Amino acid sequence: MILIVDMNWMRNSLAFNEFVLPIVSVVEPLEECMVKHFLEIDPAELCGYSKIVLSGTALKDHATLKQVDKFNWIKKYDKPILGICAGMQTISLVFGEPLTTCLQIGMTEITTLKENPLFQGTFKAYALHNYSVEPSQTFEALAESTKCIQAVKHKQKTIYGVLFHPEVRNQEILKLFVQINQ
Amino acid sequence: MRLGVLFSGGKDSTLALHLAAQKEEVVCLITVVSKNKESYMFHTPNIDVTALQAEALELPLVSVTTEGQKEEELADLERAIAEAKNKFQIDGVVTGAVESVYQASRVQRICNRLDVWCFNPLWKHDQKTLLETLVEKNFKVVISGVFAYPLDEKWLGKQIDTKIIARLVELQSQYGISPSGEGGEIETTVLDAPMFKQRIEIIDYTIEAKGNSGVYIINQARLVPK
Repeated sequence: MILIVDMNWMRNSLAFNEFVLPIVSVVEPLEECMVKHFLEIDPAELCGYSKIVLSGTALKDHATLKQVDKFNWIKKYDKPILGICAGMQTISLVFGEPLTTCLQIGMTEITTLKENPLFQGTFKAYALHNYSVEPSQTFEALAESTKCIQAVKHKQKTIYGVLFHPEVRNQEILKLFVQINQ
Repeated sequence: MRLGVLFSGGKDSTLALHLAAQKEEVVCLITVVSKNKESYMFHTPNIDVTALQAEALELPLVSVTTEGQKEEELADLERAIAEAKNKFQIDGVVTGAVESVYQASRVQRICNRLDVWCFNPLWKHDQKTLLETLVEKNFKVVISGVFAYPLDEKWLGKQIDTKIIARLVELQSQYGISPSGEGGEIETTVLDAPMFKQRIEIIDYTIEAKGNSGVYIINQARLVPK
């Protein structure tokens, strides 16, 4: 069972259809999934999930970035996590890595920097973000655009972050994450 | 949140309005009337009917006209959203975008510049399911434009029902057309929907068609009690 975390500012928001349902429609045919809003997560229950996907949010929604303390469970969870957009930004903050300003909206060319199980080469992806991250002690950069880092992986854990939206274009990336063996 | 819905009077923007109104406060409709029949962003055959639809919905309509040149029409859309922000204090905009990253990213950029939220409640949804939702919720939607083989004038003016949906899905598998017209194959006009306080009755129409391209133009229509 995969947990999909709704990262929008409130439960059952108008952005749910746009940022959470498209992820469900890619993941569900491959593996059973459960959706929970980030404020509803009980860390004690997380061991029941094989993987976790953190959704993106609307461009003006910074709710999770202001409530990073609600995500301390990320450090303890020892199975694969994929953070999309706000999900990647939140993961970075959880590990104390700061965000950098990087506004991109629309189709963007992504270049892979490091071999990884989710994508390779150069491809176009849908971007909708205000912030990115710098390479850090905790994360290695997996991909970049001409403007900023577009994907990261935790150096020790199977925690991935993509700034672009694979549920919009490049759904294969989400499918490969579902199939990843730890 | 106070929201303005980008409204063409077709099925997608009307369904987006329906969904938005269930979660937030919709305070106005925003329409861009394009004089360019080739417009990627805004052209739709019965855009003038939006005034009557707004009346049926009892919502104010912010309407701007554009010559429809590619970049100018985006400036005109920005002007319309800015006007809605000033006049009705909207915090965000709702669109009926389903698949087009071309349209969605352009609206997102404008919203970002104007510092308003942007919502796309139909984004990436299955097109057949969207059509079925319209029928389930008693939307009265007529096909007002066809622009792809093998669609022709026989489709014009037809109301979307389960039979029409089945036929469109068949054509998808045979010819690759998008059943909800996401690729511009079909345009629609909504005559009634759950939020309409009155429904629209067509008094006079004209069909202009040639081969696989045609429009159903509503010349005269009125509101009648439901």
